[in-house]
Amino acid sequence: MSSNNCCCGIVDEKARKLQEIIENHKGQKGALIPVLHEAQDVYGYLPMSVQKTISEGLDVPLSEVYGVVTFYTQFSLKPKGRFKINTCMGTACYVKGSNLILEKLQEKLGIHVGDCTEDGKFSLEACRCIGACGLAPVIMINDDVYGRLTPDDIEKVLEKYKDL
Amino acid sequence: MEMVNITIDTRKIQVPKDYTVLEAARYANIDIPTLCFLKDINEIGACRMCVVEIKGARSLQAACVYPVSEGLEIFTQTPKVRESRKVTLELILSNHDKKCLTCVRSRNCELQKLAEELNIKDIRFEGETHEYAIDDLSPSIVRDPNKCVLCRRCVNMCKNIQKVAVIDTNDRGFKTIVGSAFEKPLAEVPCINCGQCINVCPVGALREKDDTDLVWEALANPDLHVVVQTAPAVRVALGEEFGMPIGTRCTSNMIASLRRLGFKKVFDTNTAADLTIMEEVTELVGRIKNGGKLPVITSCSPGWIKFCEHNYPEFLDNLSSCKSPHEMFGAVLKSYYAEKMGIDPSKVFVVSIMPCTAKKFEAKRPELSANGYPDVDVVLTTRELARMIREAGIDFNELPERHFDDPMGEATGAAVIFGATGGVMEAALRYLIELLEGKPLEKVEFESVRGVDGVKEVTLNVAGMEIKAAVAHGTGNAKKLLDKMKRGEAQYHFVEVMACPGGCVTGGGQPIQPSQVRSWIDLRTERAKAIYEEDESLPLRKSQDNPFIKKLYEEYLEHPGSHKAHDLLHTHYTARENYPEDE
Repeated sequence: MSSNNCCCGIVDEKARKLQEIIENHKGQKGALIPVLHEAQDVYGYLPMSVQKTISEGLDVPLSEVYGVVTFYTQFSLKPKGRFKINTCMGTACYVKGSNLILEKLQEKLGIHVGDCTEDGKFSLEACRCIGACGLAPVIMINDDVYGRLTPDDIEKVLEKYKDL
Repeated sequence: MEMVNITIDTRKIQVPKDYTVLEAARYANIDIPTLCFLKDINEIGACRMCVVEIKGARSLQAACVYPVSEGLEIFTQTPKVRESRKVTLELILSNHDKKCLTCVRSRNCELQKLAEELNIKDIRFEGETHEYAIDDLSPSIVRDPNKCVLCRRCVNMCKNIQKVAVIDTNDRGFKTIVGSAFEKPLAEVPCINCGQCINVCPVGALREKDDTDLVWEALANPDLHVVVQTAPAVRVALGEEFGMPIGTRCTSNMIASLRRLGFKKVFDTNTAADLTIMEEVTELVGRIKNGGKLPVITSCSPGWIKFCEHNYPEFLDNLSSCKSPHEMFGAVLKSYYAEKMGIDPSKVFVVSIMPCTAKKFEAKRPELSANGYPDVDVVLTTRELARMIREAGIDFNELPERHFDDPMGEATGAAVIFGATGGVMEAALRYLIELLEGKPLEKVEFESVRGVDGVKEVTLNVAGMEIKAAVAHGTGNAKKLLDKMKRGEAQYHFVEVMACPGGCVTGGGQPIQPSQVRSWIDLRTERAKAIYEEDESLPLRKSQDNPFIKKLYEEYLEHPGSHKAHDLLHTHYTARENYPEDE
């Protein structure tokens, strides 16, 4: 397993956790999806090396693992930032101009939806309704909700994370 | 078998209880159109072409997966059914590239046939269409997702039957695409090039890498001495491309058409199959007598070899070091034959007609060359040969009787049966027993290694020794056998593995029969029958009796297993990593 070969302790720790997750589910029917969820919690995303380890550990072909990962939008092939920005594109937010919010975020962060900034700080996603229609348009940054936004507010919101 | 009473289009019939509606309709001679369905391989009710009305059911039901039950009333031709099938087909067509004129499967395409049968005059839906890149990096297989109808036959063949599992459905909804992990080209995943995916594809989304242009060019080059060899399985299937019934032997027509195409000599790969038996059995006896690695596992099937290199590297030392027959033949043609004919070996251009797509990859292995020349220059599948014959305007069904060329044209029945699962084993036993017992073998047929059981085992008492052998066809069955050996639950002296289910007669380069045929007729059995007929029709049925082989050893190779034989006829294998990481 390639992720074991890294000299950095954090990666080793993650690899150890991944092995533990696989061991916990090995032999169970339908083990793949729970293992993918837990592996994504550990790594933040599901790169090839992680999928290969899961494929070998659960004896599920890599093609099938990848097929499942790409089927569900919950799973990501790309790394997520320390701060995950989710822009609500649900109906209420959309009619209140969430597309303009998203555009502003892309412009300010210099990345596209689905990507992560080079320093690993922010990643940007568009999602369906997060159930805060009364505050439309809303974005979430990790677990914090920001509502009734205008594109001009974005700079101020991002400012809060400047030194974090 | 318990029967149930059903009504289908007002006809009352009795059918076995475990039938599906599709099987019941077939039994009643009622044709229900299908697209994704392929019996025993893909029964998933995905495409909705086979929908029927069932009395009491809320919506239309897919006949291919709907089980019959007592009193079931089925309607296969109501306006609702017909409209639904048409809309479904038009929607499938709306996102199809519709380049039928230049498609390799034109006239043998299940989608095209459906469009004709359902009387589609116009495609009402002008929706979004995909433009995917064509994956043609593999030397064996080309994938064109723009023609794919997402039936999943290839996926299930690759995953469930062959246990190779390098393709699956990626993404979802409109973006769904059949592909490999991380969208890698087939050349970069542990694909074994067996081509079984091609044989089950209803359309032109999967096909072999067409190398006919290379052969036309060589034939037109006056500096080259272009010779051709044909594998045993080709002669029992090529006729299907020209309307002959399944299982027709057309050896003479095949040879005559190859002559007309302009090949200087038409040789029989079977000659080299006889040579393979001499070398392989000598290797086996050597390993038995000297305590070498057992079992010896056959190495004729390049799909199997690549499967082993990727998935069972611990068995690489078990593989016979023999090159596959057509590679052996190529090596002999570019040495012995060239010398004998006084031709510079660099001018000898060897074309192999094979039932196989994996042989295309095999021919490009750098280790399969002798004296600096590749043993074989181009491999064509049976289908590609049929294309050349058509392109040359040859009337395949009206040709004079022709025989393979001397000096290498004679082969035995033992070589012919290489084309069916168990054939190499049977041919080897015909020599092995005679060699160990030191007296002529009377009965040459070994029924226990014939037939389509996934794994066949046989124990024979030969010269006071118990010889155990096993035969597996299809890499899924090979996997079962190897796992059993790994667990120490079985020991053998000799094992035959063929990558394709049924062996070479149903190889990935053979004529494609649509689901409507291969769901109900066992191609493996029908084509194998022709192989065994050919074996019986030949005067010589044991490789060791082949006079040319005797002469070849006397004049050139000295004896089986000699140093010279090893230089020319043997090879080695390399463990291959699955999914090397590029991150």
